[in-house]
Parts: sequence; C-alpha cells; structure tokens
Amino acid sequence: MKKISWVLTLGLLIGQNSAWSQQVAMVKWSDVQKILNQKSDTTYIVNFWATWCKPCIAELPSFEQVAQNYKDQNVRVLLISMDFAKELKTRVIPFVRQRKIKSRVWLLNEPDANSWIDKINSEWTGAIPATLIVNNNKNKKVFFEQKLEYSRLVKELTDFL
Amino acid sequence: MSNISTTMKNKFWLALVAVLALGTATTLFFQQKKAQASPSGYPIGATVADFKLQNVNGTSVSLSNYKDKKGVIVVFTCNHCPFAKAYEERIMGLDKKYASQNFPVLAINSNDGADYEEDSFDNMKKRASEKGYTFPYLQDITQAVAKAFGATRTPHVFILRNDGGKFTVQYIGTIDDNYQDPSSVTKRYVEDAVNNILTGKPVVVTQTKAVGCAIGWKDA
Repeated sequence: MKKISWVLTLGLLIGQNSAWSQQVAMVKWSDVQKILNQKSDTTYIVNFWATWCKPCIAELPSFEQVAQNYKDQNVRVLLISMDFAKELKTRVIPFVRQRKIKSRVWLLNEPDANSWIDKINSEWTGAIPATLIVNNNKNKKVFFEQKLEYSRLVKELTDFL
Repeated sequence: MSNISTTMKNKFWLALVAVLALGTATTLFFQQKKAQASPSGYPIGATVADFKLQNVNGTSVSLSNYKDKKGVIVVFTCNHCPFAKAYEERIMGLDKKYASQNFPVLAINSNDGADYEEDSFDNMKKRASEKGYTFPYLQDITQAVAKAFGATRTPHVFILRNDGGKFTVQYIGTIDDNYQDPSSVTKRYVEDAVNNILTGKPVVVTQTKAVGCAIGWKDA
C-alpha cells in the first residue's frame, strides 16, 4: 500500500512538472491590456493564432525561432490562442505539448471580440493570423494581418532593437 | 544688393525645407498605406455590383435574382472554419426568421479549396444537404466577390438593402457578440439591423468586428 502511494506521489510530481513547463493560461482582455500598456523595455511579439488555423500553424516555428534567437535582446513572444475556451484541455494544451512550444501561450477567453479588436489595432479586420510587435518604452508598434515568415519577422524586429 | 541676395538665399532654403518636408510626408503616407492590412471593399452606403455565382444545387445565382426582396443577408462563410461552424445554426436561424419577411440569407464560400479540402465544392454540396440549408450556398471560385465586398474572414456578414433595385450596404460585421456560446449573446447586431431596415429605420450599429478565419487567397 505504501509502495502504491509512493508511486502515485511520484507520478503526480512528474505530471505537474511537465505541466508547469508548458502551461497555457486562460486569460481575459485585461491581462492582454497589461502587456500592451506596461512601461517596459521588452519588445513583445504578440501573435493571434488557433490550433486549427493552417497559416497560423505554419508560421509558429518562425515565432519560436525568433523567441530563441532574440531572448537576450529583451524580446518575448506571446502566442494568444483564439481557440474556444472549452477546448483548452482537449485541444490547446495537447497541441502545445506535442509541438513542444516554449513561448508563452495564452487562450484569450473574451468572446465579444468587437470590444477589443480595435484596441489591438484599428486596421485589424479580425482575421487570423495577426501579429502585433510592441515596445512601450520606445513608443513603437507595428501590426500585421497576414502570415509572417522568419526573415520578415526579423526584419520588422530590427526596428525595435 | 546684399539684402536681395540674402532674401533669395532665404527663399532657396525655405523652398528646400518645404520640398524635403513634402518628400518625408509622402514617404510616411505611403508607408502608412502599406501597413494597412485590410483590403478596401464596399463602405456603408455603397451600391453593390451584381454578381453571378455557382450554387451547390447546380444553378447559378445572381444578386439581381433578389430584386423583389427587401434586402439580402450576405454571409461569407465556409465549411472548415470553427467560427463559421459555431455560427452555422445561427445563420440557418436568420434565414428561417427573415426569409419569410423577404430578407433571406445568401451564403458565399470564397475560400480556395486547395487550402482546405473541407471547403471544396463537393464538400460544400454535402454540408448544405446534410444540414438542410434553406438558402443558396455559392462558391466564389475566382474570389472576385469577396474582394469586391472587402470580406476578409469567415463568417463576415454584409446586410444589403434593396433601394428600388439597387442593393446598398447597410451593415458590415459579425452576427452577434458571442461566438463561443449562443445562449450568452447580449447583442444581436444582424437581427437589430434587419429589424430596423424592415421597419424603415436606419441601422444604429453599422459596423462591428469579430475574430474569424482569414479567407485563404489564391496565390497571385
């Protein structure tokens, strides 16, 4: 009996650890707004995507690569999933684990998108993929409603460094 | 003499500064233009050009077929997109509610079937018959109609009012304010707009946005 509980505890610990490294937080608009408004030297690349969106998935490796290559230059990638909240555990978390995504992943559970799309950028029609690059201390912002390849992402990013 | 030449010099510098400023402004203007992602389409109030597209039942459908209606709810949608799927029942509900009031739904799929097999014409036919669509489901194979409207995502709704044979855009946007859960909807933008048009009132909220799947454009 003792043995079983020991194995169970160990299993739980390992399970929690792997969950810790690849968590997906369910967030509200106010959480996104904090990132957008905070005074910071960090350049945020905020990408709106979803697990079922082919062009979004195609560009994810570029975002991961940029996050890795520019982490020492105060660049952070934030992947905001537009998947449905009810699919967080069944779809989004398994996807993020399977692809071993290291960037921070949020699921924005804010279904009245009309109330916040313009606050990301007034030119955004709401189609995904879409990407915002922002650095508040430098007072710089640029927005794209399109796919971005690695080279393009790097080119846009150099203006922020 | 020296006074004149000073004045001329000043004028020269002034002109140079003006030219430089103009050049910078022009460059900035064009950069600004380039940064805009949304393609231009019909604005509110614009008259929509007639179009003719293939329907899933084998017929072709034109906007001019609707000349005896009070208006048309044009929905750019598709098979594969989860947002479109989430709204499918609601789109069917709109036709059920408004077709009898001479304000039917007209669904258009502008996606390139090569991007998502689910959006092919055969799969459109299947979907329409399985779900029992009571409205045409048209394939915009050249994507010309989506481009003319400025549709960028699915679902993307354009409400057209029939003004004596001319169809004018009265509303552009989303169906309601909750794509995830129909029972939590508080604002029914499309219903409000159609109700107002049917009672001869102007539409109050004429434009809204929603997250949607980008229409997959064919490579130029």
